[in-house]
Amino acid sequence: MKQEKRTRTIKVDYLARVEGEGALYLKIQGEKLEEVQLKIFEPPRFFEGFLRGRNYSEAPDITARICGICPIAYQMSAVHAIENAFGITIGGVLRDLRRLIYCGEWISSHALHIFMLHAPDFLGYESAIHMAKDFPEKVEQGLQLKKVGGMLMSLVGGREIHPINIRVGGFYRAPSKQELQSILPALKQARDDALETVRWVASFDFPDFEQQYTFIALRHENEYPLNEGRIVSNHGLSISASEFDDYFEEIHVEHTNALHCVLKMDHSPYHVGPMARYALNFDRLPEAIQLEAEQAGLESVCLNPFKSIIVRAIEVLYACEEALRIIDAYTEPVASFVEIEPKPANGYAVTEAPRGILYHRYQIDSEGDILDCDIIPPTSQNQKMIEEDLRRFVSRYLKLSDERLQWYAEQAIRNYDPCISCATHFLKLNVNRS
Amino acid sequence: METLEKKKPKLAVWKFASCDGCQLSLLDCEDELLTLTDNIQIANFVEASREVLPGPYDLSLVEGSITTPHDLTRIQQIRAQSSYLVAIGACATAGGIQALRNFKDVKEFIDIVYAHPDYIETLATSTAIAAHVNVDFELRGCPINKQQLLEVINAFLYRRKPNIPSYSVCIECKQRGNTCVMVMGKPCLGPVTHAGCGAICPSYHRGCYGCFGPMETPNMSALGDWLLQKGMPQKDWVRSLRTFNVNAPAFKEESRKHEAREKNQDH
Repeated sequence: MKQEKRTRTIKVDYLARVEGEGALYLKIQGEKLEEVQLKIFEPPRFFEGFLRGRNYSEAPDITARICGICPIAYQMSAVHAIENAFGITIGGVLRDLRRLIYCGEWISSHALHIFMLHAPDFLGYESAIHMAKDFPEKVEQGLQLKKVGGMLMSLVGGREIHPINIRVGGFYRAPSKQELQSILPALKQARDDALETVRWVASFDFPDFEQQYTFIALRHENEYPLNEGRIVSNHGLSISASEFDDYFEEIHVEHTNALHCVLKMDHSPYHVGPMARYALNFDRLPEAIQLEAEQAGLESVCLNPFKSIIVRAIEVLYACEEALRIIDAYTEPVASFVEIEPKPANGYAVTEAPRGILYHRYQIDSEGDILDCDIIPPTSQNQKMIEEDLRRFVSRYLKLSDERLQWYAEQAIRNYDPCISCATHFLKLNVNRS
Repeated sequence: METLEKKKPKLAVWKFASCDGCQLSLLDCEDELLTLTDNIQIANFVEASREVLPGPYDLSLVEGSITTPHDLTRIQQIRAQSSYLVAIGACATAGGIQALRNFKDVKEFIDIVYAHPDYIETLATSTAIAAHVNVDFELRGCPINKQQLLEVINAFLYRRKPNIPSYSVCIECKQRGNTCVMVMGKPCLGPVTHAGCGAICPSYHRGCYGCFGPMETPNMSALGDWLLQKGMPQKDWVRSLRTFNVNAPAFKEESRKHEAREKNQDH
């Protein structure tokens, strides 16, 4: 028996419970992991191509269609980048309303991931629907939490998928105080449910897998970041959105229809999303939420990507609290938007999508038409980091059976809540063992 | 009850080129999802479950448009395994916004987005599911309306016709008691656009932008001529038709007609 020379191939042709089409391929030769590929075979749709020649005012509606799970993120990065080009800053109540609708998307998207996509991995189910047979009240709670996020998006944005109320300069119509107050009972229930969720997911079993990461997230002078802030890292980086291109680089890799984004200086991968935001902004969370995080077993920095599910639950709790605060302080604005005067200019913005930083750049002409643009979603920034996590994890747990190894490898990918529809601008697991 | 359990109909959800929003609509049915899964078997829904059961399927929901050589064969296989096939959303019913490539050279788009165009395999066009296989029903919208999705699933499982009106957004606007935004001087595609959204744009003081595509027998040129007469530049009218349902025949023909006029004016 030449067992040490055995080639094992683990292949997942169509990764489940991620948004979009991707595959995983692992090749193991004896005791050595030879190859890791996270393939994105989602068909390309060429958004940056057909945005050329469109008017700036069309960008929020068009870019929303990149992703049905995080359309607000696209709309927010688009409006902020275009306003940056025209030299406009939106403050006051309109700024708060933008935070409010983004809170809705964080709640909805995170609840979807925690309950429907990720929790089944920890509890050993094929899906949340299978899980519902044993944990009906938990799945029900998750669905209700997700629903409240959707209600917030519908209230401010008109509908939960591809909202229609967001425009450059503000909103087509600002909701009345009464409309916003109608959601308060559901939102208060959601806050209680979010708190229970933090405690529930903290009770899961986590594999021992602490990693050193370069975390990249926004940081604002006094808030947990959504729409504004400088791009910072745990290694001293602090830049504005307009400097993004100087520090980050997109590389087109053969096995994937997505573009990998790396740090320009050494082509190393980096980590964006809830764990990065949390590590770089723990001090921006309200004290009560910091305490909950500590009781859930998190320190001010979480280095185990399998525990990202707890961080996501903390962010849901934060988003509920923040939404309650905004609605309480809300007074209807006099005008729902600021008038725009187009001029030839370049504009840049980064906002915090549920999965991490989302970069938009636009070059606009004197008519207000888009000459050129660049969009870098969080999943293409995380893709190389996911492959790196897989390499480290599989190398460490080679003794596991193919079936177990595949389960954990899929779970390691879902740690990032990858959005493949976004990144194709992700995944199939193949494990090949020699 | 036991016999019912055995005969739970099998539902499959398939994805082609799309944003995932329409299949997400099924998970967005938070209040109905568990009741639905008590009555039907989710046999293939990769975004929600690792479990994939073999066909045949009683009902297939297809999201997305056909844009790659591989997908040309995949849709044939799906049709062959499905008793009923319903196309959901603007990508599946009209080609989606990615059908903007049909009006340009796709190579130019690939070169803009990707450094190594030779790694990319794609067709020159983005087309609706019905352009390739027989489709039993088309549910419109970018995105679809989740209540309408539940109606369609129910209708096919009980073998009745779905109650989905094909009149214009104007009817829904009147039902909501909105003031017409055209009266307020805002251009609106409501008169030619398929109902289903509940007239949300006008309810938010904005003209409809046609995300449900053309209604049944729309009078495109009447609306176009009216808007141009009111001062809308020809270029803007062409643009407003070239969005999420750009390849739907009524929108396509009207936009081509006005594009030709625009070019003639330039000469």
